[in-house]
Amino acid sequence: MANVSNIPVWREIGATPPPVAQRETAPVVIVGAGPVGLAMALDLGRRGHRVVVLSQLDFVAAGSKAICFAKRSLDIFDRLGVGDAIVDKGVIWNVGKVFWGDREEPVFQFDMLPVKNQKRPGFINIQQYHVEDRLIAALETLPNVELRWGHRMSGLEQLPEGARAEVETAAGGYSIDADWVIACDGSRSAARDALGLDFEGRVFEDNFLIADVKMMGERPSERWFWFDPPFNPGQSALMHKQPDNVWRLDFQLGWNIDRAAAVKPENVDPLVRAMLGDDVAYEQEWYSVYTFQCRRMERFVHDRVIFAGDSAHLVSPFGARGCNGGMADVDNLGWKLDLILRGEAGADLLESYDAEAITIADENILNSSRSTDFMTPKSAASRIYRDAVLELASEVPFARPFVNSGRLSTAVALPESPLNTPDADDWTGGGVAPGWPALDAPIGDAWLLERLGRGFVLLADRDPGIAGIETIVAGADDDLLRARYALAPGAAYLIRPDSYVCARWHAPDEAAIRAALIRAKGN
Amino acid sequence: MTRLITDPNLAAADDIYERLIAMHDGRSVEESLKLSARLNLILLNHIGDRAVAEEAIALAAQSRG
Repeated sequence: MANVSNIPVWREIGATPPPVAQRETAPVVIVGAGPVGLAMALDLGRRGHRVVVLSQLDFVAAGSKAICFAKRSLDIFDRLGVGDAIVDKGVIWNVGKVFWGDREEPVFQFDMLPVKNQKRPGFINIQQYHVEDRLIAALETLPNVELRWGHRMSGLEQLPEGARAEVETAAGGYSIDADWVIACDGSRSAARDALGLDFEGRVFEDNFLIADVKMMGERPSERWFWFDPPFNPGQSALMHKQPDNVWRLDFQLGWNIDRAAAVKPENVDPLVRAMLGDDVAYEQEWYSVYTFQCRRMERFVHDRVIFAGDSAHLVSPFGARGCNGGMADVDNLGWKLDLILRGEAGADLLESYDAEAITIADENILNSSRSTDFMTPKSAASRIYRDAVLELASEVPFARPFVNSGRLSTAVALPESPLNTPDADDWTGGGVAPGWPALDAPIGDAWLLERLGRGFVLLADRDPGIAGIETIVAGADDDLLRARYALAPGAAYLIRPDSYVCARWHAPDEAAIRAALIRAKGN
Repeated sequence: MTRLITDPNLAAADDIYERLIAMHDGRSVEESLKLSARLNLILLNHIGDRAVAEEAIALAAQSRG
């Protein structure tokens, strides 16, 4: 029996007994077992650290949550050893189409994987609980990670060299003194509240209905978005395929509505039938009404408590930038905290997590705010311009890039990061600049991104023979790799453990490489 | 670097102005705003230069009306 009654259950796990000792210590405590907390635990756990994960729930929750996982998140899942398990279950898609009014042809179409020949697709759709199940399965193989179900963090305070979490369970309470607490406890973060921290931003006055329905039949696995469709006049709508014959239908409802009435099956049914046809056969999977906010904390690092995912930043769902943004935090924080825990970097390195994760969050908030403003115009002029864009887009190509039904999540570049070594050479020939995520390419019979992710890596035209740094030498026949990196004779790239390029040279010497490495470790 | 041209740059200004106003003949204010929106978007794309477009928007926004 689930320990919290108002949250739908996907899979019961059962409460973990509290530890025997009333007071414990741990190097890392992660609060929250959503996809961000679980991925964070897997990242640090695979690097060999002892991690305790506290989950308030003693089950995996069902319901409508994240479904769109971007290529960058899939690359991260690969690094965490769960890429195939997640992608094999998911529905792959690359193409989005935007429709307007009763026109049958889309007014705009986009491809989330414009650069082909990469291992992973632009996106997959998969229910959040399927992702969590696969992360949990991987974590259960790690003896150094403890998943504690039904353990609610009830208090948190900073200590001189750590933080103390008070924990409640059905069988009694205890406390853990952690060197580091990572708060992955979602938009209503108890950790944020316990420390009395801010969470500033915008609330959008609009309601959207999610109707996840199960139905048979062939429809393309593309993202279809409508402005002002005949079946939801004056509003927007979205249709998107998930695994298990589940379809995500999303209807904009407006602001002044009866939210409780809106999710009643008898009120959802006319919308579903108007969209899909009167004779459509479907079953209700999950209905809910949501509103949204775009906001973030001023800082994500507060002494020994680090925030990641929705606890630190919230966006509207239209760019799939919520969970994917959280995965970017995991990716950025994992290797840095690993170096700190090993004593190979100082705690100052976390300043770069604060700066980079905030850069990423701000780009996600900017994009999702713009999408929302386009979809829900805030003034008469804004609506008229929006309609002018849609009308022009159906007539002439130039207007199509203005159509904004969501700018979907891609890896965010960090060109201003202090960890980058700026180019000293002339790279007008192309390549991947410092601060940009490494672009995938075939290498031999494998993929470049599969070979990144553990530590710092040199990607080089020929081996410069630097001891202590893993070097990947491009093969003579790896033409696409060489072209994507403009890898001229003697050239080399330094790539971070999170697959961001941090330095590159036409002809590096050892001193330059070592200096770039020290800089990238925040020293 | 290209800058917004603020000196006279269009031959037959009266002719073009007449065409611009004629576009709005018999239109409601809302319809006119939409036509103006279309025209602005068409012209911004034709300019094709972000800095010039931003200068133009800033100059237009100086109106005290």
